[in-house]
Amino acid sequence: MLISVYIPFLVTAALAVLARPVAHRLPPRPAALALACAALVTAAGWAGSLALLAFTGVAQIPQIAEEGRWSVSALRSQDPVYAVVAAVSTLVLAVCVVSFGVAAVRQGRHLLRARRECAGLPGHTELAVLDDDVPLAFALPGAPGRIVVSRGMLRRLGDAEREALLAHERAHLRGRHHVFQSVWRLTAALNPLLRPVAVAGNFVLERWADEEAAERVGDRTVVAHAVGRAALASAGASRPAVLAATGGVVPQRVRALLAPPPARRSLPLLAGGLLLAVCCASLANAASDSDRMLDSAQWALCGAHADTTTAAPTDHDDTPAHGPDGCCAHPDRPEHGARHV
Amino acid sequence: MTGRGDEEAIEASGRRARGELESAVLAALWGADGPRTAREVREQLPGDLAYTTVLTILSRLHDKGMLVRHREGRGYAYEPARDEASHTAQRMHSLLTGGSDREAVLARFVSELSEQDEHLLQQLLSGHDDMPPESRRPPGKR
Repeated sequence: MLISVYIPFLVTAALAVLARPVAHRLPPRPAALALACAALVTAAGWAGSLALLAFTGVAQIPQIAEEGRWSVSALRSQDPVYAVVAAVSTLVLAVCVVSFGVAAVRQGRHLLRARRECAGLPGHTELAVLDDDVPLAFALPGAPGRIVVSRGMLRRLGDAEREALLAHERAHLRGRHHVFQSVWRLTAALNPLLRPVAVAGNFVLERWADEEAAERVGDRTVVAHAVGRAALASAGASRPAVLAATGGVVPQRVRALLAPPPARRSLPLLAGGLLLAVCCASLANAASDSDRMLDSAQWALCGAHADTTTAAPTDHDDTPAHGPDGCCAHPDRPEHGARHV
Repeated sequence: MTGRGDEEAIEASGRRARGELESAVLAALWGADGPRTAREVREQLPGDLAYTTVLTILSRLHDKGMLVRHREGRGYAYEPARDEASHTAQRMHSLLTGGSDREAVLARFVSELSEQDEHLLQQLLSGHDDMPPESRRPPGKR
């Protein structure tokens, strides 16, 4: 418990550092799946560890100890967690859960709005063209999802580049990329350390769609040119102030498309899987330690009861292992109910 | 039982392929700067589509009210039904600009460029424009 409860934090930190290289070196599809999986497991590990740490503190509150029927002094004597750590964990956990809830509501609202807009778009075709000169193109998830492209964008692209654009957006819809986006968004809301994973993940989704478009069109350069030309055309239309942080994505995509497709590699995926397994195992270990600690604290209280011979009335009925004296039903001792029958 | 499943799969993939062809035809017509005949549209589209296929898609899109056509020679020339008065474009822009997490569920084709990105991109693209066209296709084309 002393060490294992902190291991999920270490794994999360390692993932935050590794997300970017993974996103840039692995083929995008396995990278996206791996990042989504890693985000889910580490977010659960993070919340679980915080909850365990918080619990060691909460369990020492006398009212709660009374409710749970365990001895505060016994718990305190074996508890390896400082009270300060437990208090901070409780606070952090509360903030994270609230932030997760807010993000979940907002994300749900975004998805609903997208779905509504999808149904409200004119025509019943996969492609909805906006009669607008501003270059614009995106995939709108819904049932079914739609590809939204403006006239301005279509007029700035060549024949093959238009095909590449459609194939790219289609890949987003078909791969259900909004689900990946939601996973990264919500896990990053729960654990701010996972924000780099969300950024890397969104880059990987674009690369995934680029690669699928390249396969469809049969020419990586055409897709590279479509992306580049669309970006240059859009740049003239609007240039928001917050660029430095998110910039550089388009040139990276174009460069990746101009290079040969990334080679399949299984070693990083195996290593990542191992890391996640370590995270789960240490969380399970910490949980069982804390469970054992609580058990013995209950025992300590039981022992105290036995000494003062204030046996509870339930000692005489046939319902063992719960009720006020349920703690006394220890496997090492003779079966509680059997003694009195 | 499996036979029916196969048929359904073929039917579904046929429907999907039709949907994709409709998108390609629509995109081609919106990208063009004037009305196009079925033959001209066919030349704009990738792959070797049958003339009758293109004709079918054009007339289906026309039936849906997405294209307008006028006689040209023995056939028709098609162009997209304009929609400038509608609020659709405005709605879509507001979808993209509303709130800090505006791109929470949307996958935009391209993100914004910094000035530095713009130069880099121009270099990347022009570097490849100099290459002879035959070397553009990757050798291991799938």
